[in-house]
Amino acid sequence: MAAVTGTATASTAGTGAYRLTEDQILLRDTLRELADEQIVPRAAEIDRSGEFPEDIRQLLARHDVLALPFPEAYGGVGADLLTQCIAIEQIARACVTSSLILSVQGLGSLPLLLSGTEEQQARLIPDLASGKRLIAFALTEPEAGSDAAAARTRAVRDGDDYVIDGGKRFITNGSVADIVTVFAVTDPEAKTSRRLSCFAVEVPTPGFSVVRLEHKLGIRGSPTAELSFDRMRVPAANRIGEEGDGWKLAMGTFDRSRPGIAAQAVGIAQGALDAAVAYAKDRKQFGQRIGDFQMIQAMLADMDARTEAARQLTYKACVEVEAGGPQAARWASIAKLVAGDAAMAVTTDAVQVFGGYGYTDDFPVERMMRDAKITQLYEGTQQIQRLVIARALLGKPAARIEGNEGNEGTES
Amino acid sequence: MKIVVLAKPVPDPAAAAERLGSDNRLDRSAAPNVINGNDEYTLEAALQLVEAHGGEVTLVAMAPASGAETLRKGLAMGATRGLLVTDPALGGSDAWSTARVLAAALKEVEFDLVLAGFDTSDGVGGVVSAAVATLLKLPYLSSAAKIEPNPDAGTVRVRRISPTGFDVLETTMPALIVGTQLLGTPRYPSLKGIMAARSKEVAQRAVADLGLSTEGGGSAGDGAVGGSASRTTVTGKRTPPARAAAKVVRGAPADAAKEIVALLAERRLI
Repeated sequence: MAAVTGTATASTAGTGAYRLTEDQILLRDTLRELADEQIVPRAAEIDRSGEFPEDIRQLLARHDVLALPFPEAYGGVGADLLTQCIAIEQIARACVTSSLILSVQGLGSLPLLLSGTEEQQARLIPDLASGKRLIAFALTEPEAGSDAAAARTRAVRDGDDYVIDGGKRFITNGSVADIVTVFAVTDPEAKTSRRLSCFAVEVPTPGFSVVRLEHKLGIRGSPTAELSFDRMRVPAANRIGEEGDGWKLAMGTFDRSRPGIAAQAVGIAQGALDAAVAYAKDRKQFGQRIGDFQMIQAMLADMDARTEAARQLTYKACVEVEAGGPQAARWASIAKLVAGDAAMAVTTDAVQVFGGYGYTDDFPVERMMRDAKITQLYEGTQQIQRLVIARALLGKPAARIEGNEGNEGTES
Repeated sequence: MKIVVLAKPVPDPAAAAERLGSDNRLDRSAAPNVINGNDEYTLEAALQLVEAHGGEVTLVAMAPASGAETLRKGLAMGATRGLLVTDPALGGSDAWSTARVLAAALKEVEFDLVLAGFDTSDGVGGVVSAAVATLLKLPYLSSAAKIEPNPDAGTVRVRRISPTGFDVLETTMPALIVGTQLLGTPRYPSLKGIMAARSKEVAQRAVADLGLSTEGGGSAGDGAVGGSASRTTVTGKRTPPARAAAKVVRGAPADAAKEIVALLAERRLI
């Protein structure tokens, strides 16, 4: 796959061991500084207003951050999965909503990168790499969340076009994207793994509309849209892969996108830990710094250990997913499961370290706690991750009923 | 235009871990190394000049071998290549030895301008660049707030900060210019720049490669460089006494100004 041929991770062939390269360290430090200086000061306001941060999108585009997932030939940086995840982590440490701009640019583009023709890639990718256009990933439907294969959105071939009817829900950046990667049923009679096809829908286009935006607990600046398709015509030239490839493409996408959610979770946890450590050094009670109390020290130590464990697992998963092979889905799910739970626990403890102040929006930890929750939900709930892991251990159930075959769904 | 930027790897001041080792030399292991902050300002100016006039930027440094990694950030910001003089014998070099090494290194590079930062955050001497200019017999223009070369005429004009405003200086190129932070805020490296920096060269030279020697003991006139040839040594160190607490004046600007004036008058400072 073209997008992954860039930075070589210093992995030891065969063993899956890794160390960060000089490039990755420089990129990490650069993005940490950029995020601290330009994104941290905006994070609370983005959360409060619930508005998509167009300024941050432009900042990320200007610094080639949105170019990371794309091949150099089309104006991208050609970063490997680990490098992309390092970037997501650093931005999420400052503001999860902002990190989602990069995450979703990668997520929405993955089918195109995995199976797009040369013509499609040359036509669509340069504007995505430059950040001129945004892309969203639309698989989930109101009645097809974890059970993604239950999708009802229909695509019917009509001459050189497909006519798409139906709708999607919980589509991150669905209202601000210029391209929406839509999965729709092309053959309702086929078995689950062959029912869906994938389309790059360029919007605005007649029949496409944003019905509503969700009011959410966290990631409030990231618009989560419900989309409606009413006799929406999409050129057959924009079908990604062959008819019936949709399911395979969606699952291949998740193998590569779930480590990104894990990285986001690690970033949130680190942000909360950093805030808690700074507060513990500063806040005085009973005549001493609260960091001098062993009960606080133990919490901080556990938070650090959980965060670092999640980080190392996530980086390792990136290397394994990049290498491919039958264990890729397992590694991706393990990383997301562990990192998502770590983010929830660490941010909850961070609020505890802050005491009553942590419950107010005078400090960032309550926002981080709200933002952390989504990492346990989207791109496959924690329950779905366990299902994927168990399947890797036990094999597919022998007597699976038709219609649930290969179910590894998501809300994206 | 061909521009050299003198870019010194120094302990990251943000780590607040700068210290002297037991040998009274800078302990470089105490903090991660970064490009000296003031040098990033002159690098930014150099990058803007080649963006406007075409050309290339070469980073020149004297540092331990790990300096090559530190210079990579400058390459990621847009510099074309690096030249690192590194030699264990250079450990403990004083300003004079450093200037001789940098002057010798500059003989290996073609340039129209050499830019240097105002001083470095570790040594804070601010004299090396003047010594380099002297050794190379280059015009020396200091405290630059603005640099305006005229490549066709082979001249450069500099706005130098003065106690009363600016002096405007003009000289022929090649020349050595010491910049200030008024040149403009350094850019972040772009991610494409970071990836591109991989393929850029940081050439390394040892003392012998530059036709210099570390033998000679530092007596005046010989050509020796390095720690053992240095003419100055650090003989001791102590922590400065803590300052008395500052008085912070708060309030509306007009009221605060009155209060400050009163305070200064009380101490007969105005």
